[in-house]
Amino acid sequence: METLTWTGSLGATLGPVLIIAVTLLGLALIGNFVAAYARSTQAVTAAGGAVVVPWRWSDRTSFFELAIPAVAVGLVLYAVEAFGSDPTLSDWLTEAGLPGWLNTTITALVFLLLGAFFAYLLQRAPAALYEWLIRWSFLVIVGVILAFAVFSQFTAYGGAGIFGEMSRQFLPVWLALALTFGLSSIFKRRLGLYGKLFDSVIGMIGFGLVMFWVFTAIFVGGFDLIGTHDPLAQVSGLKNAPPGVPMPEGETAFPHYLLGGDNLARDIFSRMVEGSVVVMMIAPLATLFAFMVGITLGLPAGYYGGRLDTVLSFLANLILAFPVILLFYLLVTPEIIATGLPNYMAMVLFIFPLLFCGVLIHARYRNQPGKDYTILAIVLAPLVLLYLSVINQDGSPVNFWPLDFFDIPGGILVVFVSVVFVNSPTVFRIVRGLALDIKTRDYVAAAQTRGERPWYIMLWEILPNARGPLIVDFCLRIGYTTILLGTLGFFGLGLPPESPDWGSTINEGRKLLLIYAHPALPPALALLSLVLGLNLLADGLREESLRD
Amino acid sequence: MGLFILRRLGVMILTALCLTFIVFWLTNLQPNLEKLAKTQGNARMSDTAVETWLGNRGYSRNVFVKYGEWLGVLPGYVIEGSDGDTRARCADGSTVTPDTARFCGVLQGDWGYSTVFRDEVATILGERGWQTAKLMFFVMLVMVPGALIIGVLAGMKEGSRTDRSLSTVSILSTATPEYVSGVVFIAVFATATFNMQWFKGTATSAMDNITFENFTLPVLTVALYGMGYIARMTRASMTEVMTAQYIRTARLKGVSFRNIVLRHALRNALIAPFTVIMLQFPWLLNGVVIVETLFNYKGFGWTLVQAAGNNDIEMLLGVSVVSVFVVLATQLISDIGYVFLNPRIRIS
Repeated sequence: METLTWTGSLGATLGPVLIIAVTLLGLALIGNFVAAYARSTQAVTAAGGAVVVPWRWSDRTSFFELAIPAVAVGLVLYAVEAFGSDPTLSDWLTEAGLPGWLNTTITALVFLLLGAFFAYLLQRAPAALYEWLIRWSFLVIVGVILAFAVFSQFTAYGGAGIFGEMSRQFLPVWLALALTFGLSSIFKRRLGLYGKLFDSVIGMIGFGLVMFWVFTAIFVGGFDLIGTHDPLAQVSGLKNAPPGVPMPEGETAFPHYLLGGDNLARDIFSRMVEGSVVVMMIAPLATLFAFMVGITLGLPAGYYGGRLDTVLSFLANLILAFPVILLFYLLVTPEIIATGLPNYMAMVLFIFPLLFCGVLIHARYRNQPGKDYTILAIVLAPLVLLYLSVINQDGSPVNFWPLDFFDIPGGILVVFVSVVFVNSPTVFRIVRGLALDIKTRDYVAAAQTRGERPWYIMLWEILPNARGPLIVDFCLRIGYTTILLGTLGFFGLGLPPESPDWGSTINEGRKLLLIYAHPALPPALALLSLVLGLNLLADGLREESLRD
Repeated sequence: MGLFILRRLGVMILTALCLTFIVFWLTNLQPNLEKLAKTQGNARMSDTAVETWLGNRGYSRNVFVKYGEWLGVLPGYVIEGSDGDTRARCADGSTVTPDTARFCGVLQGDWGYSTVFRDEVATILGERGWQTAKLMFFVMLVMVPGALIIGVLAGMKEGSRTDRSLSTVSILSTATPEYVSGVVFIAVFATATFNMQWFKGTATSAMDNITFENFTLPVLTVALYGMGYIARMTRASMTEVMTAQYIRTARLKGVSFRNIVLRHALRNALIAPFTVIMLQFPWLLNGVVIVETLFNYKGFGWTLVQAAGNNDIEMLLGVSVVSVFVVLATQLISDIGYVFLNPRIRIS
C-alpha cells in the first residue's frame, strides 16, 4: 500500500477550482470592507436622501485609505502564493542567487505593489459586484466540497486521497444529515421555532455542524461505524506517523492511518471520532442539569426576592468569582476524589432534577389528587432509582443503596459534577433576571388574583414565557460546557489519560507540537467546529425567535 | 455613592474571606495533607510517621484555627514536637526565640513559604505577577482596540453585509478557546507544516526580552477569545444607540455619517463595553493560565498550575487571594465606572 495524498487524483481536478473560488471569496470580502469604508465617508443630505458627497476635498485616494487595504490584500496574495504556487517567488529568487535580505525586500515590495494595485481596483469596483462575487464564489466552494464528497464515494480506494476516504467513512453521517435537512425543510412550516431555523443561512450552517457531530457520536458510540481502527490499539512503527501512512504488512485492518498516528502509535482519526462520543455524552446532559439547578433556584430567587434572593445571589457570585481552572484543580485531583467530595456534591446537585420534576407536576395537578399521585409515581419512581444508582459508587463514601444498577466509569462523574457546578450559577443569574422581569407582567398578576400558588406561577406562567432566551442560552452553554470539558482535558484532569476526548488528545498532542503538529490539530479543529456550530445555531435561533 | 462603594467593599471582603476559606479547607483535607507530608518528608513514611510529621508542624489541628493563623487574627502555633524540637509558625523553620512574632498571617504581610518553589510566596507572586502583567498589557493593547473597531463597524449599519460578516468573525473568535487557537497558531506559524514558520512556539525567552517573534502568538491567542465577546457587546450597544432619536435628528440636520458615528454615537455606545471589558478580566485570567502553560511562559498562571498540581498550600492560597482580588476589584470598578459614565444613573 502506498501513502495516501490529501485529495488524490480527484483533488487534482477539483483543487484548482476550489483555490480560485477561495481566492475570489477572500478578495471579494476584503473588497467589500474597503468599499464599505469608502461608502461610510459619504454624507446624507438634509432632505434625507443619500447623495454621494465625498467628505474629502479632493477625489484622489489618500495614502492611508490605500495603505491599509494594500497591506491586507498583499498578505492574502502572499498566503495564496505560498500555498498554491511551487516554486514560490522567494524560492525562485533564492535559486537566482540573491542574498537573503534582498530576496525579502523584493518579495515584500512585489506583493505590496500588487496589493496596492488590487486594493485600488477593489475600492473603485461597484458594490453589486462584491455581492455577486461573494454569493457565487461561496456557492462554488460549497458545490466543489459537495461534489468531492459525492464523487469520493464512487472512486476506487485511495482515488480521492485522505479526504476522500474520510468522507467515505462518514457516509452514514452524510445520509442522516441529508435526511434530516430534507425532511425538515419540507415540513418547516409546521415545526415551529425549529422549522424557522431553516430560513436563516447562519442557523442552518450551525445546525448542520452540530448535527454532524451528533450523528457521528451516535454512529460511533451506538453502531461502531466510521472509526477505522480501535482507538486504543497501538501499531508498532506508526508512532507519530504522518497522515495517510499505510499500515505495516500483515495487518488485516483498514489499510491506512488516515490522519496519522499519535505519540503512542494510535490512529488519530479513530480517536477523534471516538472523542465526539465522550463530548456528546457529557456536554448536553451536564448543561441540562445545570439548567435544572439554575431554574429551580433562580425562579424563587427572582419571584420572592428578599433575603432568599440575597443569600442565593451571594452564593452564586461566590462561585463565579473563582477562577474556573483553580476550582477544577481543587475539585478534580485524585486526593479530593479520595475524600468523596465529588460524590457528596453529586448527591446535592443531582437532586435538583427530581425536585424540578416533582414540583412541576405537583403544582399543575394539585387539585386532582388521584391524577397527581399517579403521574408523580410514574415519573419519580424511575428517576429516584436512577438517582440512587448514579450517586452510589462502589469504593466511594456514598455506597449505601443495595440496588445499585450501574457505576459511572472512572472520572466521568467527577468531571460531570464539576462542570455542572461551574455552569449553574450563570444559569441561576439568567433565570433570576428573567423572573424579575416577567413577574411584573399582567398575566402573572392575573394568576395571582386567581389565587394560584407561587410555584404554579413560577413554573407554569413565568418559565414558559422565558423559554426563548433560555433555549438560546442552552445552545450557547452546551458550547461553553464543551470548552470547559476541553479545558479539563487540556490540564489532564478528571478523565483517564488514554481517554479519546478532544481535550485530552489536544493535551497529548501539544507536548510534541513543535516537532509533530499533526496529532493535535484534528481534535482541536473538531472541538472548534462543534462549538462554532452551537454558537451559530444559537445566533440563528435568536434571530428567528426575535422575528416573532 | 459613598455608601454604595462601602457596601460593595463590605460584600467584597466577605466574598474574599469565604473564597479563601474554601480554598484553605480544600487544600487542608486529610488526603492532601498526607500527600504534602510524603512529598516534603519522606515518600515511604508510615501512616503514624505521617501523623507525627503533620502534628509537629501544626497541620492536624482544627481548620478554623489554622485559617485564623494564616489570616493573622490568631496567634501562630508554638508546638513542642514529639521529636523534641519546638516549632513555631512565625519562626519559619529557625529556632524559636522570645522575640519571635506572635501573629504572622496575611494581615501582617507574611504570605507564607512555598514548598514547591522554595521561596517566600510574596516574592514569587511579585515576580510572576509582573510577567503576567506584561502579557496582559499587550493583550489589552491588541484586544480592546480590535474589539471596539469590529463592534463599531458592525453596529454602524445593522443587517448590512459588513455587519453580518464581522458578526460571524466575532462568533468564530468566541467559539475558539485558547487551547484550540494556541495549538492551531503554533502548528501553522511556528512549525514547518504549512511553510509559514514566522514566530516562535514558546515564550520562555519573552520573560527577559520581549520580541515580536516570541510574544505575538501568546498575545494573539489570549486576545482572540475575549475579542469576539467584547465586539458583540459593542455591536449590540452601537446598534441600540444608532436607532436613538438624537441620531436621527443629527442625520436630518445633515451631519455626515462619519461625524455621526465618531462624534455622536461612539461616546454613548462605549459605556456598555467598558463594563464588559472590566468583567472580562476574570476570563482573561483563565486564558492566561492556558496560554502560559501552552507557551511555557512562567507567569502567574503557570505558577497556579504548578502550585495546584503539587498541593503547595500557601502558594495556592496566595494565588487565589490575588486572583479573587482581581476579579472583585474589576467588578467594583466596572460598577462604579458604569454609574460614573452613564448620566442617567449618575443623576438619580
